[in-house]
Amino acid sequence: AVGMFLRLLSDVRWQAANPKWRRTTCCRRSTSSTEEPHPISLPAQAHVVICGGGIMGTSVAYHLSKMGWKDIVLLEQGRLAAGTTRFCAGIVSTARHASIELKMADYSNKLYQQLEQETGVNTGYTKTGSISLAQTQDRLISLKRIASSLNVTGIPCEIITPKQVAQLHPLINIHDLVGAMYVPEDALVSSASVSLALATAASRNGVQIHERTSVSHVSIQKGRVTGVETDRGQIQCQYFVNCAGQWAYELGHSGEEAVNIPLHACEHFYLLTHPLKEPLASNLPTIVDPDGRIYIRNWQGGILSGGFEKNPKPLFTEGRNQLEIQNLQEDWDHFEPLLSALLRRMPDLEALQIMQLVNCPESFTPDMRCIMGESPTVRGYFVLAGMNSAGISYGGGAGKYLAEWMVNGYPSENVWSLDLKRFGTLQSSRTFLRHRVMEVMPLMCDLKVPRWDFQTGRQLRTSPLYDRLDAQGARWMEKHGFERVKYFVPPGKDLLDLDQSKTFYKPDWFDIVGSEVKCCKEAVCVIDMSSFTKFEISSTGDQALESLQYLFSNDLDVPVGHVVHTGMLNEKGGYENDCSIARLSKRSFFMISPTDQQVHCWAWLKNRLPDDSNLTMEDVTWKYTALNLIGPRAVDVLSELSYAPMTPQHFPSLFCKEMSVGYANGIRVMSITHTGEPGFMLYIPIEYALHVYNEVMNMGQKYGIRNAGYYALRSLRIEKFFAFWGQDLDAFTTPMECGREFQVKLEKGMQFVGQEALLEQKQKGVYKRFTMFILEDHDTDTDLWPWWGEPIFRNGRYVGKTTSSAYSYSLERHVCLGFVHHFDEKTGEELVVTTDFINQGEYEISIGGQRFQAKAKLYPFSSLFTHRRRKDEVELSGYQRE
Amino acid sequence: FYLTPPQVNSILKANEYSFKVPEFDGKNVSSVLGFDSNQLPANAPIEDRRSAATCLQTRGMLLGVFDGHAGCACAQAVSERLFYYIAVSLLPHETLLEIENAVESGRALLPILQWHKHPNDYFSKEASKLYFNSLRTYWQELIDLNSGETTDVKEALINAFKRLDNDISLEAQVGDPNSFLNYLVLRVAFSGATACVAHVDGVDLHIANTGDSRAMLGVQEEDGSWSAVNLSYDHNAQNEHEVERVKMEHPKSEEKTLVKQDRLLGLLMPFRAFGDVKFKWSIELQKRVVESGPDQLNDNEYTKFIPPNYHTPPYLTAEPEVIHHKLRPQDKFLVLATDGLWETMHRQDVARIVGEYLTGVHHQQPIAVGGYKVTLGQMHGLLTERRARISSVFEDQNAATHLIRHAVGNNEFGTVDHERLSKMLSLPEELARMYRDDITIIVVQFNSHVI
Repeated sequence: AVGMFLRLLSDVRWQAANPKWRRTTCCRRSTSSTEEPHPISLPAQAHVVICGGGIMGTSVAYHLSKMGWKDIVLLEQGRLAAGTTRFCAGIVSTARHASIELKMADYSNKLYQQLEQETGVNTGYTKTGSISLAQTQDRLISLKRIASSLNVTGIPCEIITPKQVAQLHPLINIHDLVGAMYVPEDALVSSASVSLALATAASRNGVQIHERTSVSHVSIQKGRVTGVETDRGQIQCQYFVNCAGQWAYELGHSGEEAVNIPLHACEHFYLLTHPLKEPLASNLPTIVDPDGRIYIRNWQGGILSGGFEKNPKPLFTEGRNQLEIQNLQEDWDHFEPLLSALLRRMPDLEALQIMQLVNCPESFTPDMRCIMGESPTVRGYFVLAGMNSAGISYGGGAGKYLAEWMVNGYPSENVWSLDLKRFGTLQSSRTFLRHRVMEVMPLMCDLKVPRWDFQTGRQLRTSPLYDRLDAQGARWMEKHGFERVKYFVPPGKDLLDLDQSKTFYKPDWFDIVGSEVKCCKEAVCVIDMSSFTKFEISSTGDQALESLQYLFSNDLDVPVGHVVHTGMLNEKGGYENDCSIARLSKRSFFMISPTDQQVHCWAWLKNRLPDDSNLTMEDVTWKYTALNLIGPRAVDVLSELSYAPMTPQHFPSLFCKEMSVGYANGIRVMSITHTGEPGFMLYIPIEYALHVYNEVMNMGQKYGIRNAGYYALRSLRIEKFFAFWGQDLDAFTTPMECGREFQVKLEKGMQFVGQEALLEQKQKGVYKRFTMFILEDHDTDTDLWPWWGEPIFRNGRYVGKTTSSAYSYSLERHVCLGFVHHFDEKTGEELVVTTDFINQGEYEISIGGQRFQAKAKLYPFSSLFTHRRRKDEVELSGYQRE
Repeated sequence: FYLTPPQVNSILKANEYSFKVPEFDGKNVSSVLGFDSNQLPANAPIEDRRSAATCLQTRGMLLGVFDGHAGCACAQAVSERLFYYIAVSLLPHETLLEIENAVESGRALLPILQWHKHPNDYFSKEASKLYFNSLRTYWQELIDLNSGETTDVKEALINAFKRLDNDISLEAQVGDPNSFLNYLVLRVAFSGATACVAHVDGVDLHIANTGDSRAMLGVQEEDGSWSAVNLSYDHNAQNEHEVERVKMEHPKSEEKTLVKQDRLLGLLMPFRAFGDVKFKWSIELQKRVVESGPDQLNDNEYTKFIPPNYHTPPYLTAEPEVIHHKLRPQDKFLVLATDGLWETMHRQDVARIVGEYLTGVHHQQPIAVGGYKVTLGQMHGLLTERRARISSVFEDQNAATHLIRHAVGNNEFGTVDHERLSKMLSLPEELARMYRDDITIIVVQFNSHVI
């Protein structure tokens, strides 16, 4: 078998590189190996224990030891690189959609390239380049988007014609291609050897590696890792790293306190052939044919070809032991569509003789991104797993980021989209995972278009109004398991089927959302925004205020009934969260954060609030239904329903009051809308939700009330230049960099987290600046729509990327938000970005390789505001989240 | 213009029928598990008929397909009547007496047959009295003839076939005072029908065949593959024995004119059939009956036309050839089908397609390359074929439907081609008969636990 073959090779190399390990590794490849003596006994304690000797575990060990950490132990239940790593196809590809993934892959590539020189272990590294093929124009657009992203990151890459493809690869049938993307630096490696090379280097740096040692569970005391239990004894440790690959979920659940690591394995098949009559050159580029769902690389003169079928086979839903991974069956009938695609792409291979069909399980995650970071519930418990079949591409970079995270407290890049804390317990149901990964695996090859929603694992968290809204034509999207309305399809109107609605151009809901926006501006709309994360923090004395004053940058010592927009910053002044906090009483606060902050924000606060029984924090997300009443007539609707005057004189902006609406009492009404439009947020105890909704809709009728969804909200907030956390704002962005200085009270009379960094920034200036761009020569009907991640050019030079975009129905233009940097023309060094720098440039935004002129603005259009209220802090200074 | 797959399915499934032999105590003690049947018309109206019934006074099950020509009247009559003739022929003397006494005294009659009919399979109400009287005359004669011997199935089948054809002939000669019935019996007699009937009782399978429909046994070999065993001989020009028989029955002077262009007297494809009195009666009898018959008959050029070289009638018989087969464990199913099927499919393919359908795709062995030398192209061919098989199997809940889908839709690679299927099914009525014949299929599945 090929697996055996790889194993054989790696054994030989491993021995050569590690004479002191000979006794462990020179054993026969027999099955009765459990009784072999272990030359080195386990240490009683260590600083870090890493579980898993695959590419992830060895990479983490390599990087941790390189960064100077000592006392690291790596445990592997079988042999090093014996799991998915052993079977991995060994393709290192930087062609990734998400920029963090692209950076990880780029780093991995560079690391592997010099690894042989560094360690003396032959890694089989060959720079072959890769060619991604496009059979359709849409696919080509998608490739062009990746290409422009690669180019601005400094990775060589070009869009080529089918003819050029034929010149680069002799076997390809190009008649059905419209173009391709060529990444010349992409490479092939022997993944097991890379893993062994990393292990070799780590072991030279003092990392102890123990094979045939399985971790039974992790010991936890007071929410901290204290040690691990193995089949060979106990090790006390401060840090534990779960790199157990597809067993990571089970391992996470093995201890007394469960650590949820939402991943699930699927069978993955690839084919190996005997060499061609004229063996393929070893530097022939790897072919990725996403429309055919396959990849093809040269392999020992023959080919290795696998793919991501439409009907994946999930496995180990109930959990299994590792032995079964060896015995997975080949399934030719299942592989048939991929074989057809292969022969269509390379018809000359018909006569090539089959060697083997390899069945190699891969683990997939609910959102196609890998899982990295510290457990929100157990301190010192780190995870790196769920690579969605790109383990070898990410291995180097992911290991580096995790090591930085452990050593420095945070990685050198924004990894929020990979952070374990983006998930909660709600994503850990096996049924959910099984269904979701069946959708995720085919997505590897599907076209990635804007505004795409997962279809499986839906309707988990819903508002009490779900059925009511659904019956009125609501179309739904999901965030953190919560169903949210995108827009309402009016009766008698039909939208395209899901598959057909995929587009990079103007979407079919354009007019529908347009009319919702219009209603928000002219009358009044209701948007159900119940998904927001809501915490209540209260204390018997002043503890709550004092703690929050320290953890938040704005001044929270405001009169009762006031709402404050504030960042929750880290030591570097970056946004860990962006929220609104209402002071309910002297000693209690109501905090509203973005939906996906539920786990992260909780963990952040839990870890930083003093351990004081008089100070309590409660997650009340589920207790309240939130309705957003947006529009100039919202005030009329609400005052009629409450018999209370709601005009700005009586109810100023950023104000919060408990009042009755209809028959229901105790509704928290806040004069914020998250859009810059006038209106109110209603936080309604859930049992009153239906009543209040009905009352609002009945009363609103005469004011032209209608339902609206998040797409309308998004358009409104972006045209008002509202940034939102998770998309525009992240842990590497400070309030100074996005024009939110006024939300920071440097002089509030007490210290707060991030204060020093902000003070320094205030003196030195910022190195990037959040800027709003209005596309000038962009035709909404016929041009590609911006999405996010589009490169921004200033006077022809790359200065940054967009972070979000929307069509503004008021401006009748597209608005993009993004960060502008100032790179020194000669050295590339980052310089301070000044207002003049922003204002004195000619800007272009590149969408799928096509550049559009854009006007840069640092402040929103004031003419858009119909109401100006509290002069110093109108809602334009507010924030937005989605 | 193409039919969508659901449209194709609704056409293919319009006439499908399935019967499962009921179980007692969770066990089916019958040698028959059940059967699937279906018809696809090419003629409008269809000239094929099918019948299935369980004998209630004796053991066993009767199944038959009937291919009509020159109209459907004869096939319809045979499909309604033949099984009663067979059942009566099989009845022991006491039961016949009991039945006759019941009729005589106006008591309720013992039910003889339990029919398994598709809603489209109809019985003529108007003729039932006439048919019953003929049948009663038959059993009265059997009572009189009481030989005291137990009835031999083979003999009973032959007697029943011959007797029914005789009755058809007589009824036409005698006529009926009711003008509708009079016209009906004449149409029955002047049209024709072949019959292929199976009688299954335990492990004894008898096939009685008259004409060119065919019975085929599906046998599963030890290695799991499928083979076909013929249980009937076609009575047509391709059958040397049959040509020989016809020649023996007529003077040597007619040798050259008996079979012309592979047809009896240059006209008729099957060499045995019910009805078709034009090939059985003397010229005088034909003329007399046609002249005294109703105007419609008189105006019909076909009925008036006397076959050429018509010297020594009868040229045609309804006497069946009966084959007895003892069922073995490897005998998994029986296919009865009119020539519409056999024209388009080889029996070996029929055996394979039905066999694989009945055993289900789950039994499809996974492919393993192992140590063999297989190329990508070979593997691809193999997988495509398996997939086509699976996808067509999943659409059908009825083996006969599945077979029709293949018969009509198979491309040169032996897999169902939707485009072709759609074209064949959307042919206008007047063209359909040029591309295909009526197809009628019954697939009987045997119970391996009992056999």
